[in-house]
Amino acid sequence: MNANQLAFIALGGLAFLGALGVVLIPNPVRAALALVVNFFVLGLLYFVLGSQMMGISQIMVYAGAIMVLFLFVIMMLKLDKKAEEVAPGDAWRKRFTWLIGAVIGGAIFGGVMLPLASITTRVNPPQNFGTPQAVGWSLFTTYVWPFEVISVLLLVGIVGSIMLAKRRF
Amino acid sequence: MLEVLPIASITRDVPITWFLGLGLAMFILGGIGVVTRRNPVIVFMCIELMLNAVNLTFLTFAAYGGSGINATPGGMAQAMNGQMMVIFVMAVAAAEVAVGLGIIMAIFRQKNDVDLDDMSTLRN
Amino acid sequence: MQSELYTIPSIDWSLVMPFIVVVITGVIGLLIEMFRPKQNNNAIVLVSLAGLAGAFALLIPQLGVTTTTTFAGMVLRDQFGVLLQLIIVAGAFLSLIFSEPYMKQRRIAHGEFYPMALWATSGAMLMVSSDNLLMIFVGLEVLSIALYCLAGLARDEQRSEEAALKYFLLGAFASAFLLYGIAFVYGITGSTSLAVFMETLARAPGINDLTVLFAITLLLVGFGFKTALVPFHQWTPDVYQGAPTNVTAFMSAVSKVAAFGAFARVLEASLPVQEFWMPALIVITILTMTVGNLAALVQKDVKRALGYSSIAHAGYVMVALLAYLQDPAKGSLGTVITYLAIYTFMTIGSFAVLSLTAVNKSEGTRYQDLYGLWNRAPLAAGCLVLFMVSLVGVPPTAGFLGKFQIFQDAMGAGLPLLAIALAINSFVSAYYYLQIVRAVFVDEEGALRVQSAPMNAGLRFALVICAVGVMPILFAPILSQGKQTVTLSKMIESGAFLQRPVASVPLNPEPGEKVEQITPSAPLSTVTGN
Repeated sequence: MNANQLAFIALGGLAFLGALGVVLIPNPVRAALALVVNFFVLGLLYFVLGSQMMGISQIMVYAGAIMVLFLFVIMMLKLDKKAEEVAPGDAWRKRFTWLIGAVIGGAIFGGVMLPLASITTRVNPPQNFGTPQAVGWSLFTTYVWPFEVISVLLLVGIVGSIMLAKRRF
Repeated sequence: MLEVLPIASITRDVPITWFLGLGLAMFILGGIGVVTRRNPVIVFMCIELMLNAVNLTFLTFAAYGGSGINATPGGMAQAMNGQMMVIFVMAVAAAEVAVGLGIIMAIFRQKNDVDLDDMSTLRN
Repeated sequence: MQSELYTIPSIDWSLVMPFIVVVITGVIGLLIEMFRPKQNNNAIVLVSLAGLAGAFALLIPQLGVTTTTTFAGMVLRDQFGVLLQLIIVAGAFLSLIFSEPYMKQRRIAHGEFYPMALWATSGAMLMVSSDNLLMIFVGLEVLSIALYCLAGLARDEQRSEEAALKYFLLGAFASAFLLYGIAFVYGITGSTSLAVFMETLARAPGINDLTVLFAITLLLVGFGFKTALVPFHQWTPDVYQGAPTNVTAFMSAVSKVAAFGAFARVLEASLPVQEFWMPALIVITILTMTVGNLAALVQKDVKRALGYSSIAHAGYVMVALLAYLQDPAKGSLGTVITYLAIYTFMTIGSFAVLSLTAVNKSEGTRYQDLYGLWNRAPLAAGCLVLFMVSLVGVPPTAGFLGKFQIFQDAMGAGLPLLAIALAINSFVSAYYYLQIVRAVFVDEEGALRVQSAPMNAGLRFALVICAVGVMPILFAPILSQGKQTVTLSKMIESGAFLQRPVASVPLNPEPGEKVEQITPSAPLSTVTGN
């Protein structure tokens, strides 16, 4: 067990707890805060993986902007006051879902991912692929077309959300 | 300098399976949440969790130069393929959040309630 | 960071011009909406239709040109993609043309409908004109996000908003699966390009089956949702019923064609590991046809029944696609394209007639609401009968031609099970289609109380085009030619690839050793001669 592994266990464990919180905590505000923890730690993990630009974006876009929007809607709709009541039969459905999820997850982990651990031949590991310069350069060269198309997507998002939420006039 | 982050030592010390496993756990947890929760905002948060699991998987493969099961070219080109995907997933998620929360607000304005199990106007 | 590492891709604008025209038209429509004279959408409608016609005109000359890519392999133009884009643009045109009178009756005063529909169309066009999963995903999201909003267009109606929410949550859920699949494709190949994926699978077949299987399964789940195949179809009837009828028409044609276009490319790229998914897809296809038709039998709402019918038709298209994938010599993508085109005309025409039932803010789409339509609007009723007959697949119509061709393909490709299931399902489906026909002619007392909107020019125009569209004569030449001209990409001959090179580069190279140049991610394959 070396420092890198300890660092991963600490960060990864925190991210896992955050994810668990989103699924388990009944109160929407607390669930959202658990999600913030998860997103923030993921940002740190992106740094660890060598992608600084994605780490910063993760913290600003997800942990910042997107979660603020979530909390804003939760507060505005006063969803935090209302706990989800449990319908009869719901508890069994939940247990069943957890069981299925655990089985599928275990099977995939054992079958698909564990075999990858033993493979250590790695071709030409990337150097500094996560710097803002590298990201910027490739956004405006190889990926320039999807980059332009994303503008259409954001336009659709803006117009669509205004169309759905604006007041009648 | 940003370039001195010890990425190489991370990929040497920590097996790729750990990162992939974390991603898988988050993905499955998100899926369970989508099925079991009844508040659409929380269901939506669980979907965001799944998208982030995907992003983590992309960046893991980018940093580790692929899964290693096939001889992939490696290097910058390959790492960029994954990392750019993450950027676009983030942009898509942002647009989805705007639209999704707009829909939830529109529903709330109609009936002052947004429980998924109470939605039953659409039936035969 | 030196700039020589990155090369600015060479750009051939003619490939993306139709897309750009559609997007810009949407922007112009939005600007007109901002400054329009009171509540009058006519200008927006005209501009939108002109834009779509322009895109159609730009696409026509691209038929039959050689396959090329541009924007560093992000955009691919081949015969398949151009044909599907033509269908998409035509479908969008037809569903926009009857929208205005319908929305006036429903009091949906949103001029934003037209720009959003145009952008959705542009997303669909992107989806079918790339073999890079990144572009397919981005196009899919442009299409889907626009459709989520459009499904909730009738903001005052609870069922419209519910449809939007269901569509949105399930659609985003499906996107997550699709993305996870793409992540593993990327992990296996180091690229999001389908050409590279296919090449990798062919070069080293059987390498870590489970990882490949996992990736393909996730992609199947994602596309299964989008194309409404059976275990993943639950959203379809709800959304079709709840969304405004013009949006339903749009979505039933455009999003289905786009999803099938992308799905075909993904499946073709996974051909080297065909044995993984072919049996599963055969089962799914049979289930899709059967469940779609059986569920449609018991519906009381026509829109909902047509929703289930669209699931069944997705099954028919899958039969054609699987026949092609099983044996490219016997099956043909021409059949897939033809059936999608025929289906576009049939389904948009049916929904266009249904849009007549909207009067004075409310809309009735149960069978009773069609009673006596023959007396009130003979042209619409006649066309509806024609479309229903074609949906069943009765001989003189194009629906028959398409189904017969699919049947032949499936038999020829050695999938008799699918062919038989298709035939049986066609008979079963006759029951509910003919019920709709019967409703049109019911002439009892109750029929007098049913109201319907007056006929209008746009609807008449759409109906005439759709009615012409189900004439078999139109598709016979495409079918006969399609066999030769339409292929996705060159089939990879097994054995043509070298053995997997052994990776021997050390784990920890010295810093600054070798940094590879960024190359276009889809340089190989994709070049097909006609």
